[in-house]
Amino acid sequence: MNITLNGKPHALPDNATVGALVSGVTGRPLADNGQATDGRKLGVAVARNAEVVPRSRWHATELIEGDDVELVTAVQGG
Amino acid sequence: MNEADTAQEPAVKATAHRDPVTFDGVELGSRLIMGTGGAPSLDGLGAALEASGTELTTVAMRRYSPAESGSLFQLLADRNIRVLPNTAGCFTARDAVLTAELAREALETDWVKLEVIADEQTLLPDALELADATEQLVARGFKVFAYTNDDPVLALRLEHLGATAVMPLGAPIGTGLGILNPHNIELIVSRASVPVVLDAGIGTASDAALAMELGCDAVLLATAVTRAQNPVLMGEAFKHAVAAGRLARLAGRIPRREHALASSGMEGRAEFL
Repeated sequence: MNITLNGKPHALPDNATVGALVSGVTGRPLADNGQATDGRKLGVAVARNAEVVPRSRWHATELIEGDDVELVTAVQGG
Repeated sequence: MNEADTAQEPAVKATAHRDPVTFDGVELGSRLIMGTGGAPSLDGLGAALEASGTELTTVAMRRYSPAESGSLFQLLADRNIRVLPNTAGCFTARDAVLTAELAREALETDWVKLEVIADEQTLLPDALELADATEQLVARGFKVFAYTNDDPVLALRLEHLGATAVMPLGAPIGTGLGILNPHNIELIVSRASVPVVLDAGIGTASDAALAMELGCDAVLLATAVTRAQNPVLMGEAFKHAVAAGRLARLAGRIPRREHALASSGMEGRAEFL
């Protein structure tokens, strides 16, 4: 299936979860609670169709065709 | 802020080792809040932040890019600097609330520097959207540090809406024009019962000292350090300026006078025939 990730087309296996997407893009394995298994903070958040998906629900949230996902992190600013 | 920080306060308190500022029950040893925008390199930024002595630093939320991920977050964590995410770039309450929600998720803090900007040219806060967003975020459990105009009426409104701190601008973001309306800043301070942070417009150390002399509880700046010719030296300059301004505020300045007042008495002066 195809979704939009940060404004660009992004291909994913059908039924992929938000957790799988985050893990794939960041290259960090995630536990079921959404925390990185390496023990370091992940420091990212996800909005799906303009609604925040809490970290604790990443693994239970399946994406569907056409979803619009924003994956954000802290950068220099302010 | 009206906490007992007036001229009547015993001088001993002013020279005490620690003079923390408190936000949401959290004590910070430094009254200098730093931004991270404008620094050409992360290494240079780290050194400047260290020189400034800051314990709280703003970050922006932007799309994740694998090439540059994680390092800023790590840089702050390594230095025990608390993160204050901002909503920079938001023009509506809706965008600001969503950005704050993302920041809370990503950084695990409910503190947010709320910026809702009217337009790119002035970067001035949009008062109506700002008030709307403050109300929504407070209802969602956020601790709102509201970046606002130097408007005493709006500042009090934001406090009544539940803001944790009000942060009036000295001058528009990035201008370095200093404090354009010191009278309004004093008025905001005199009526506030939450911390007042002078935010934006600071150009050099004396601007920050003035903010503290006017009674602000803290100063927030970024560009003045990150774009200085020597950011590390300027970071250190601001550390001293904020501390000096704070001490001067606590000490109580002399009144301004129309005419000169001799500091050496005339009594006992030798008379020459």
